[in-house]
Parts: sequence; C-alpha cells; structure tokens
Amino acid sequence: MPTEILMPALSPTMEEGKLAKWLKAVGDDVSAGDVIAEIETDKATMEVEAVDEGKLGKILIEEGTEGVPVNTPIALLLAEGESEADLDAAPKSAPKPEAAPAASAPSPTGSLSADAPKPPAAPRSAPGVAEMPDDQPDEPEVPAGTEMKQMTVREALRDAMAEEMRADGDVFLMGEEVAEYQGAYKVSQGLLEEFGSKRVVDTPITEHGFTGVGVGAAFAGLKPIVEFMTFNFAMQAIDQIINSAAKTHYMSGGFIKCSIVFRGANGAAARVAAQHSQDYAAWYAHVPGHRVIQPYSAMDAKGLLKAAIRDPNPCIVLENEILYGHSFDVPVMDDFVLPIGKAKVEKKGKDVTIVSFGIGMTYAMKAAEELAGMGIDAEVINLRTLRPLDIDTVIKSVKKTNRCVTVEEAFPTCSISSEIGYQLMEKAFDYLDAPVLRVTGKDVPMPYAANLEKLALPNVGEVIDAVKAVTYTA
Amino acid sequence: MQAEAKVTGDAKGPKAATSKTASDFSVEDYRRAYEEMLLIRRFEEKAGQLYGMGLIGGFCHLYIGQEAVVVGAQMAMQERDQVITGYRDHGHMLATGMDPKGVMAELTGRASGYSKGKGGSMHMFSVEKNFLGGHGIVGAQVSLGTGVAFANRYRENGAVALTYFGDGAANQGQVYESFNMAKLWSLPVVYIIENNKYGMGTSINRASSTTNLSQRGRSFDIPGEQVDGMEVEKVHAAVERALEYARSGNGPYILEMLTYRYRGHSMSDPAKYRSREEVNEYRQKHDPIDHVRKILLETHKVSEDEIKEIDKRVRDEVNTAAEFAQSEPEPDPAELWTDVVR
Repeated sequence: MPTEILMPALSPTMEEGKLAKWLKAVGDDVSAGDVIAEIETDKATMEVEAVDEGKLGKILIEEGTEGVPVNTPIALLLAEGESEADLDAAPKSAPKPEAAPAASAPSPTGSLSADAPKPPAAPRSAPGVAEMPDDQPDEPEVPAGTEMKQMTVREALRDAMAEEMRADGDVFLMGEEVAEYQGAYKVSQGLLEEFGSKRVVDTPITEHGFTGVGVGAAFAGLKPIVEFMTFNFAMQAIDQIINSAAKTHYMSGGFIKCSIVFRGANGAAARVAAQHSQDYAAWYAHVPGHRVIQPYSAMDAKGLLKAAIRDPNPCIVLENEILYGHSFDVPVMDDFVLPIGKAKVEKKGKDVTIVSFGIGMTYAMKAAEELAGMGIDAEVINLRTLRPLDIDTVIKSVKKTNRCVTVEEAFPTCSISSEIGYQLMEKAFDYLDAPVLRVTGKDVPMPYAANLEKLALPNVGEVIDAVKAVTYTA
Repeated sequence: MQAEAKVTGDAKGPKAATSKTASDFSVEDYRRAYEEMLLIRRFEEKAGQLYGMGLIGGFCHLYIGQEAVVVGAQMAMQERDQVITGYRDHGHMLATGMDPKGVMAELTGRASGYSKGKGGSMHMFSVEKNFLGGHGIVGAQVSLGTGVAFANRYRENGAVALTYFGDGAANQGQVYESFNMAKLWSLPVVYIIENNKYGMGTSINRASSTTNLSQRGRSFDIPGEQVDGMEVEKVHAAVERALEYARSGNGPYILEMLTYRYRGHSMSDPAKYRSREEVNEYRQKHDPIDHVRKILLETHKVSEDEIKEIDKRVRDEVNTAAEFAQSEPEPDPAELWTDVVR
C-alpha cells in the first residue's frame, strides 16, 4: 500500500502552511533524507525530507497551494514493487489527520514520519469526561436559579458516597475506621447506620492487603471505594494502585475492567511532620490508566466524587484534611455530577492566570482578592482534575492574560506546576509575555516546628510576589 | 524427595472433611487429565522452541513438570469458580479451557492474542473462562484473589476463588495480610501454593525459615495440608475437599502442592543452583504425565494406540496454535493508544 506523505508542522503551534515548491516530480526515485519539497508559513521556510524510500507516485497538493492543514496527505510514495495501480489502495485519509499533538509533531528539520502513530486528538473523549471546551461562553455548571446550600467538604463527600451507594448496590466503602468509628476524619459518618456492615467495611491496618482486595473485587465487577486514612499510608499499597488497578485494563487488551475509587486525605495537615504531610498529586498524575482528581470546594467534592464512583476506571481522589472543615455553596439538586477532566475558572480576570488545585486554591483566591486591590485583575483556574489535565482551559486563559503563575503545596520538582509550565511552553509559547512562575511547597521534608512548617508551605505573599514578577509590577 | 510426601494435613483446626479420595478418580478422569496435562507439556515445549527462535520475547516462564497441579485442581472446580495466578501462568490458562491459539498468539505479540498483544506471557485474562490473570508482581495475585473471593461473598454467588502462588511468593507480606482478612471475613478462597522448591534460583531452604508452607495459615487459624502435586488424582481429591470447605462458608483453605519445575525459572536461567541429577530424578521417577500414562495402560488396560491417538491430537493442536501465532498480524499501531482508560 502506498505511503502517505503528510504536511509537516514547522513548530508546535503551526496549524497550516503553504506548499511552496515540489523538488521531486512524479516518477522520481526518493531515498530517505532526500529533500522533496519546501513549505512555508509567515515565519519561516522548511525543507521536507523523505523518511521512506520509494518512488513518488502521486502529488496530492500542487505547489503554490496555501493554507494546507498540518497532517494533510500531500503525496503518495510507492514502495518497491508497487505501481501506479496501487495508488487507489492508499489509505483514504487514514487515521484522520487529527490536529497532531504538538509533542509528536515533526521536528523542525522537517523529516516526515508517516508511521509513528499519534495519540487520539482528544484523549479525554471517554464517556463521562468533558469534551474540549471551545470558544463558546462558559456554560453555568448549575441551572440558573438553583438553590444553593452551605456545607462542608466533609459533608459533601459523605453525601456523594451515600447517594451513589443508594443508586448502585455494587458500590461499597472499605478502609480503616470507616464504619464503627464513623471515619478517622468523620467523612463516612452515618454510612454504617444506613448501609450496614456488608457495605461499609472496617479493615485491619493493612493497606497493601486491603488495596489488593479492593482491586480484586473490582476485577470481579464490584465498585469499591477504598478509603486511605491518609494517602501517606497508600505508599504501602502503591504497587496495587499502579501495577494492578491502573495497568490491567491495558495489559488485558481492554477485557478486564476496574471501576474503583481510592480516596482519602492527602497533603499536609497541621504539625504532623514529614511522613504525614505529602501531596501525591504528581505521583499519581504521572501514570496512565487512571484518573486523578483533587477537589477544592464542597461543590467539587460532591460532583467529582460522584463522577469518580461512576467512572469505569480507577480514580484517585486526593482530599485534604484542612479543607474537610471548610464550607462552600453546593447546589441542591437530585443528582449533581461534575465532569472529570474539566477545570473551572473560579474567578475571571484579564491580567494574569493563576492556576491551582486543591488546598492551593485557598492561596490563589486570597491572593487574587488582594491583587484586585492593587489594580491587578487575576483569573484563577481551579484544575479539579489532574489526569486528564485540562490544559486547554489554561491555554485559553493564558492567550488572554499572557502570564501564568501556578500554586500548589507539593514539592516543586516534577510537580503539576512543572507539567503546566512545560505544556504552556510547548503549546502557548508565542502567547507568553513572561516566564511561567510556580509557587510550591519548599523542597524539604515537612518540618514539625510551627515556624518551620509555615515556611515550608506556600503563602499568599509568595503568590502575590510571583504575580508581580510576571506582570512586571514588582 | 518431597515428591514422595503424602497428604499430611496436620493443620490444627477443622479439616476439609468429605469422603473424596484419590481412588474416586475414574478411567475417564485419567483420560481427560492425560490429554490436558499433555497439552500443557507440548504447548510449553513449543513455546520454549519459539522463544529460542526469537518469536517470543521478554519473559517466558514454563510450567513443565507442574502440570498435575493445575489440571487436577481444574477438574475439581465448578464453572462459576475463578482462577487467578502469578507469572507462570500458561498452564492455568490452558486448564481453564482458554484457546491455545490465543495464548500462543499473545506470546508472539500478535493482535489475536488474548490481550491483543499488549500483555504478553504474564498478562492474559478470560472473563468467559473466569481466568483473572496472569499477574507479574510476585504475591500481588494473592490479595487480588482474596478480593475476588470478597466479591463472591458480597454477591452470595456460591463461587470460590482459587488463588495460586509459588513458594517464593509465600514470603511476601501481602500474602499474610490477605490470609488475615480472608479468615476474618470467612471468604470463599482456596490458596494453592505451588511449591516447586525454588523461588527463581533460591531454594526454599535458603529462603524460608519454615518450609512446610501448608502451615503458613496457622496464626490465622486457616487449615492447610501438603499434597503430592505430581499425582493428579491426589491433587483433584484435595482440591475438591478444599473447595467444598470454602464454599460451605468456612473461609479459606490452604493446599501446598509439592511439585517440581523441570525447566529454568525463565528462559535465561543459568541452572547453576541445582544439580542435573536432581532434575533427572524427578523427570524419570516422578513425572506426572508418565504416572497417568502408566495407570491408563496398566491399571485400566487402555491401548497404546489410543494413547498415541491422544498424543497426535495434542501435537496437532499445539502445531496449529504455533502456526496461528506466527501468521497472525501484529497489533495495529493505533492500538498503542487504545484501552488505556475506558
């Protein structure tokens, strides 16, 4: 079958270009590395090199054509033994030239690779996951006029579990102290009374074992909610979370399903020192095969935990002990579910984009408030989901503000902030008027002493300083 | 020689008490066992051959020598019961009735393999046959199998989860975490420890402070027995009793199968940790397939011709699988991106 030669991209942000000149004619022999054509955009000209060898069978885009989208087939290459008669067998616009993710775009030297498979354009097109937002005005998350009720994050999580357990008999909760003790942080308060000990299961202190038991039950078709008293203890079980839960669907060719939620307190609480104070957002977000959620508000907690319980994939829900007691408005609806994979613009603004998630949002929101008083109008994005990461919402904002600061409590190295900084460089480079800055926890194990702990965590002042730096108003 | 060990069953606590004994194994049972064990043997030999030809890559752990364990156990199971095991899993797949073509095609990394070529030797599954893997992390399947048993009890479906692991895995911490929960919650699970005497290249004596693995459930009050895993009728009788025990709501049961693997741990085994004589002793005097053939010929007067017919049928089936596995296409490149999440 003839090989399609595709329109290459000169840069990660290039979407179309002009096919300026063909340097080979139909019938010419082509060797790998031969320059076969020239393409140009308003910024640059590039030579297109052949990757495969063969004979140029057909030119699909004539020279001089403008506005050729990246990844459009521009010519067909005949392999040895193929003749013009084979041209009809060419893959008719084979895997639709879906806006090639910039990561796999051809390098600027112009070599073309037709055989490297590209990831699907919208990796978050799975059921229950938000479609990529377009330029339409943001739709309200709840219908206008919906009654709102104040509740704590703790209550919202409990209600989410109770509602899903009422709706689906396969959903059950297991973990340390979830039943008779009513939850180490009282998140599961009342569930034992309503659902009984069959569905609210106290486990021994045995994270590795009960996590494997949960995953095995999910393989067998149940929908466990596995509570970790804190995610620090889930390190004992991370093999089952990653190697068994996240990977088995892929390793089985899609035949084994694993609908399971791992949830619990994550990150720093207060004065509990290094072993009990780590944020695992980046650890889990690193791995394909599951979803990672970190709610900030009670609304996030309710809508996202319900979505996670229904999701057919393993979902890691990273809660925060300090946020458990914070109160927020939650819509009074029969079934309030939020889409996994979609960020929320918590505050509109035009001067700078502050991106955060989970408890990091408390610094971001406070900083935005103080910045307003200084005449800086910050847009604040609450990521909500860390895998899949809704980078499109961040990019859309940065295209408007041209500046970005990220905020999180985790360590800086290989963090969610690192990833956002990288993706902005990759996908919105031309829109940035300043380097992306991050405000994170310090790169030290969490100290116990009150003053040191305070220093180790980010604070509102650091966020304000970073915003001043990227807006050159320092 | 451990292969001479008899069913000891000296565990404290309740015994799996029914009248099932090895003498209940009929001529039809022996015939079936012979054919299924031979299929595993020939399949594994072929897999070893294809590995040598570079057609199978990566890890490939052969089951040769241990066939009586999985065949005897499978013959005792009900259709609703599930099987889960570790990385030496080809025998378990074939015993559950999975198609040798699909297993071999997975070994060669082809699209029509059981996992579409994405899993390989250690990662195949069949929901239809209640085979839940195929797990590559030593000991992980013990917690997972306990979870499958948890689901059985939750659904009150009467099924038992047969959870296999080796003498090496028997020293993993999560095994004991699982034992504890299985007994605590009376889960319907039978743990089958395939003690082939070596965890990779380390003999059980050099790795385990106590080597009677059937007694590893004692601190949880889980009964256990040692079984001669080279004699399929003994395996069958023991598993049948254990399944009945677990199915009746008594909780978990442990069977330690004393067995032996002829081949190396994996294909790259230097074979320096045991003597040729030791291996030959098992092959010549305790081979599980020779044992059954002898009973068929001598006790049941089955003809040589009939045995040869089975041999030929098995050989043809394995050859067909091998040809299939070499002629099927590799996965489409687009498959790289599928099945990551649903």
